[in-house]
Amino acid sequence: MIRTPLRPLARVLKARAQGEDPASIEAENLAKRHEEIRDRSRARAEGRLLVLGLAFFCLYAVVGIRMGALASSVPEEPMAVAQGNAIIGQRSDIIDRNGRILATNLETHSLYAHPQDMIDPIGAANKLAEIFPELDAEDLARRFASDRKFIWVRKQISPEQMQAVHDIGSPGLLFGPREMRLYPNGSVAAHIMGGASFGREGVHSAEVIGVAGVERQFDDYLRDPANEGAPLELSIDLTVQSATEEVLAGGMALMNAKGATAVLMDIHTGEVISMASLPDFDPNDRPQVLTTGDQSDSPLFNRAVQGVYELGSTFKIFTVAQAMQLGLINAETMIDTKGPLTWGRFRIRDFRNYGDELTATDVIVKSSNVGTARIALQIGGERQRSFLDELGFLEPTPIEMIEAPTGAPLLPRQWSEISTMTVSYGHGLSSSPLHLAAGYASLLNGGTKVEPTLLRRDTPQLGPRIVSADISASAVDMLRQVVVRGTASFGEVDGYAVAGKTGTADKPRENGGGYYDDKVISTFATVFPATEPQYVLIVTLDEPQITSLDEARRTAGWTAVPVAAEMIRRVAPLLGLRPQIESDAPVGVTLTSN
Amino acid sequence: MTEMVYGTRPVVNVDPILPRWWRTIDRWTMACIVSLFGLGLLLGLASSPPLAAKNGLEPFYYVSRQAFFGGMAMAVMIGMSMMTPKMVRRVAVLGFAVSFVALAFLPFLGTDFGKGATRWYSLGFASVQPSEFLKPGFVVLAAWLLAAGQTVGGPPGRMYSFLITMVIVVLLALQPDFGQACLVLFSWGVMYFVGGAPMVLLLTIAGIVVAGGWFAYANSEHFARRIDGFLSPDVDPTTQLGYATNAIREGGFFGVGVGEGQVKWSLPDAHTDFIIAVAAEEYGLVLVLIILALYATIVVRSLMRLLKERDIFIRLAGTGLVCSFGVQAMINMGVAVRLLPAKGMTLPFVSYGGSSLIAGGITVGMLLALTRTRPQGEMGDILMRRMGR
Repeated sequence: MIRTPLRPLARVLKARAQGEDPASIEAENLAKRHEEIRDRSRARAEGRLLVLGLAFFCLYAVVGIRMGALASSVPEEPMAVAQGNAIIGQRSDIIDRNGRILATNLETHSLYAHPQDMIDPIGAANKLAEIFPELDAEDLARRFASDRKFIWVRKQISPEQMQAVHDIGSPGLLFGPREMRLYPNGSVAAHIMGGASFGREGVHSAEVIGVAGVERQFDDYLRDPANEGAPLELSIDLTVQSATEEVLAGGMALMNAKGATAVLMDIHTGEVISMASLPDFDPNDRPQVLTTGDQSDSPLFNRAVQGVYELGSTFKIFTVAQAMQLGLINAETMIDTKGPLTWGRFRIRDFRNYGDELTATDVIVKSSNVGTARIALQIGGERQRSFLDELGFLEPTPIEMIEAPTGAPLLPRQWSEISTMTVSYGHGLSSSPLHLAAGYASLLNGGTKVEPTLLRRDTPQLGPRIVSADISASAVDMLRQVVVRGTASFGEVDGYAVAGKTGTADKPRENGGGYYDDKVISTFATVFPATEPQYVLIVTLDEPQITSLDEARRTAGWTAVPVAAEMIRRVAPLLGLRPQIESDAPVGVTLTSN
Repeated sequence: MTEMVYGTRPVVNVDPILPRWWRTIDRWTMACIVSLFGLGLLLGLASSPPLAAKNGLEPFYYVSRQAFFGGMAMAVMIGMSMMTPKMVRRVAVLGFAVSFVALAFLPFLGTDFGKGATRWYSLGFASVQPSEFLKPGFVVLAAWLLAAGQTVGGPPGRMYSFLITMVIVVLLALQPDFGQACLVLFSWGVMYFVGGAPMVLLLTIAGIVVAGGWFAYANSEHFARRIDGFLSPDVDPTTQLGYATNAIREGGFFGVGVGEGQVKWSLPDAHTDFIIAVAAEEYGLVLVLIILALYATIVVRSLMRLLKERDIFIRLAGTGLVCSFGVQAMINMGVAVRLLPAKGMTLPFVSYGGSSLIAGGITVGMLLALTRTRPQGEMGDILMRRMGR
């Protein structure tokens, strides 16, 4: 390898020795070295510049090709739509057990204004006030004249109103889509549906949220896009619900009651087929919550679930059934019904004196408080309490409504002997009619526990056994006797062997301290058909009173029972039950001609 | 006899200025630039009337302004192209100093025109964006430093130029103007590359970028979604990009016809950032390809001429100037066809804008001055010199 020295020292030294200036030699050498650097760097740069030129050419070509690809594709129509997901049909429908719509969505529009785009704001304001009488033309004109760029006019308008606003023809009046919840059946099943309102609102959409009832309970499910609009299927039968409400409303008017409720339940599956509470409301136009007074007077109050009442003698069957289950008595055991039964300062009396002794069946049939209380004393408070607990009377009902937890039963503060006695005939323990329906269903369906549900289910609930099947059957027999020859004789419905128990309880005074003399809750708890029990129906009237045979009558036998009977008459065929008609004479084949 | 008495008439060994300029200038590049400017005026006729109507001015107000500034830019360009490389360097360094000071004082004296970024000085009749003027000066200065760094006993020019680059990038990022910052960084990178960046360093950087991008794509959902959204063929038709894309599609190969375009009415930046969409809509793919070819010709021709250049400074400065010019055009068009994420950058000489026009004139003027034919120590040059030319 030949090394070239950086400085030409040989020449420099020589020049120095000769007394010459070596600077020119140095400069010449430096110039030569620069020349070399330059050539080297040029050789290197040549390649890199070529790469650069090629890269630019290729990139421009890519842009050009891309342009060509775009130019040869079909243009999209630019549309002024909101970004994000469309909200059409977002909330699931709610349907009844036969697929009929209980709640659905309707696309309406909201109306807003861009005053800066308006040509004639005052004219527009006047015409708007004509279309919407609730708007004030002057106020609207003043708002249109302000500096604001965006003004809500109406949050929801109907298609007719929208067309009318279109006809004004003002470019500053604009519409946004607004989906609303629609209950096509109006007030039918109002308390079950609850209602919906708008949550967060924007120009292009608004959130629909449930505010009560199943709408609130299943809000997450109904709004979940993962369901892909699959409807929520309830156990309600719309036709039965409608008939129930109609009969109940009629009965409430006839009996001069201030409120009424009815629960119809399948005793095997626990499905609530219909559940009505009067007075009611239209969920499409939900009334305001009461700000003063008793919430239970509001039409929003669901008496069947939220209302807890002392349900009276309807509880007697639980006492008798438990005693039979425990082997303490049987249906024919004679029970001491001599009254009054004195316990401390309390006296327990019967409505009428039924004599000294009655069979257990007749204790139910005649509705003897004294007899029931004596049976309860045999059972004891501890066992009574746990039996009622098994039947679900000590907890709020597990029904799928947001209001269910507010219907917590009111229990005796301490389960003393006197409490045991009063609870045995339905006093001192308040529960909702739905509790009673579930209790009757559990007792009478063969003796296994069912819990009430609003969701459709096709298979029987197989809960823990409460009483044996025999005792369940004899309880049905006793209840059948109540209708045949007891307090509920108005409850007979031809063809449907109705069994049931009446209950009339004095209403406690609101401020505590005893009971009203002239205000009762009258209840009829029935099961039908008695030959093969399938449905439980609870009808409760709040403060009924009729005058019959010159006497003010409030007992269930005169008030709740006829209403329930009429209801069964209407509803049983709808439920697909065949009436059992026993013809007077056997039908034979007769030869009519030969 | 006369010669004996009066002495020999001294032989002037220089050409007359204009003929020599005409002979040595890159006439193709200059023709391309003038064509681009002409096309810009033509497209301005299409794209600016909506803006004029919106601001209550006569329809071709902006076109006449563009023509005025364009005339100035052409004059500047020709004036600059007549300079010697040494003169270019002097002017550029002075210009750099002035515009650097202007840039530094921007936060105190500048206006943002309500756009959220302080980039302009308002001079009443026009606004000036110092970063536009800074770029050519910076490129020339950085090239000088890089070239000086390669001489024996020269200053550490690479380090100095890198520091200056970083200061400018930070100043621009603070405005914020990431587009210009990237452009400055890119032009320094290109000069460093051509000036002899070590291959190992380049490969390492490329590797890091690829690995980092892959890592981010694999691990960051946000980043992945951005990339996927960018790569997906669907574009929301209500965004500026959506309108631009649709305009290109509407135009097809031969356009919808002069004055028939619609996109200029819906795009606020139709006369600047998205002028290529207006061109595509009204005149079709044909005009777009012509514009592309003009830019490609300028860039590739200039680079090929610089290939022969022996002087390191001239080569680096020319490369930096032409690359920053070319890449700006490419980014602008790449955004319009969604090859690149949205970034506000004008199309040089075509987009409307006085200060960008004049700055562009300075840039290409310097470029033309640097790419003039010069003796390169080849046999032909030596022969030429012998013949006294």
